[in-house]
Amino acid sequence: MTAGGRESDEPRWSRLMAAAQDGNQADYARLLKEIVPMVRAVVAHHHRTPDRIDDVVQDVLLTLHRIRHTYDPTRPFMPWLVAVARRRSIDAIRRRMRTEAMEISDDTSYETFADPLANRELEGREAADALAGALAALPRGQREALELVKLKEMSLAEASAVSGQSVGGLKVNVHRAIKALRAKLKGG
Amino acid sequence: MSEPLDELIEKLAADGRRVRRLAPPMTRAMLWLGAVLLVSAFAVWSFADLPLFMSRIDDAKLRLELAGTVLTGIAAIVAAFHLSLPDRPTTWAWLPVPPLVLWVASSGYACWQHWIRFGPEGWTLGESADCFRLLLGVSLPLGAALLLVLSRARPLNPTPVAIAGGLGVAAIAAVLLQFFHPFDVTFMDLGVHAVAVGLVILAARMSSGLLGRPEDQASRG
Repeated sequence: MTAGGRESDEPRWSRLMAAAQDGNQADYARLLKEIVPMVRAVVAHHHRTPDRIDDVVQDVLLTLHRIRHTYDPTRPFMPWLVAVARRRSIDAIRRRMRTEAMEISDDTSYETFADPLANRELEGREAADALAGALAALPRGQREALELVKLKEMSLAEASAVSGQSVGGLKVNVHRAIKALRAKLKGG
Repeated sequence: MSEPLDELIEKLAADGRRVRRLAPPMTRAMLWLGAVLLVSAFAVWSFADLPLFMSRIDDAKLRLELAGTVLTGIAAIVAAFHLSLPDRPTTWAWLPVPPLVLWVASSGYACWQHWIRFGPEGWTLGESADCFRLLLGVSLPLGAALLLVLSRARPLNPTPVAIAGGLGVAAIAAVLLQFFHPFDVTFMDLGVHAVAVGLVILAARMSSGLLGRPEDQASRG
């Protein structure tokens, strides 16, 4: 007897399948539940991972449902079931091989969007977050000098008036702030 | 049992309406062949030159060739119906091979005889163009009718079913050709016949998707 099925299962499954063909839904549900271990055993001969086995088992049940009218109750049920399970297992292998042959692995595709504009927007947002973090980490005098002179584009005299720093002090703080930011952002 | 599997089983059981079982493959093959026989008999009776055919059938070579063609047609159709079911052995695919060998060998022998008698004239096109049209003209509607009947079984492996069916249909068309082609077969004729039979089998192979591709059968939803 094939894996998962006992000798005594054969006549009962055959009877249940005949009843299912006649529209007995309770017998059909019972049969489908009972045959799962056997289907799983056949599928496991061809597939390794539990997820894939589950997928193929579901596929076998769907196929069985669609072609249930082809079962002849005067013939044994198990060879019919095993043939369906084996065939669908092989088809799943072929489908996977076809897919793998057509696909090219590109690790960066998992990190970026297909649309370059979308990536630019995302990258811009990430860069802005990093810059804001680096700015916040600067000493107050340097941060203030940078914001007033470079971001708000004030003249040194205006910035000096607003911040109270001397023009020379502003120049030094801006220079140090840019140097510190460059080091911070480059280092990641 | 996993949750998705339980749900699937419930869904399938809820959809478990009564279905009409397929008749045994031999019964279905004989019914299809019987229908083709009726239509063919009507066509031959109405349009063929029967007296000429009867005079040619005295030739043992032609009888052998005709027997090979008829048996190839029957065997290939019977094989196609069996192969369309999941639990029938794939060895059914070999059933048409012996009569096919007889058909090809007897046709080849007739050509060779023709070559000996007529020499290079054996390469002339003869009536081949008409034969080509007749073979395709008969095969295509017969093939479509066969495809329709075979698709009821939704074969899990449609390619061998289509090839056997295509061979069967081409052989039946070749039998009918004998009633409308009262000439010795030249090498060129044989080549044209082979191309026509090959085209029919190729067309059947290409339309095997219509038999119900497994991917379609397993589509969820």
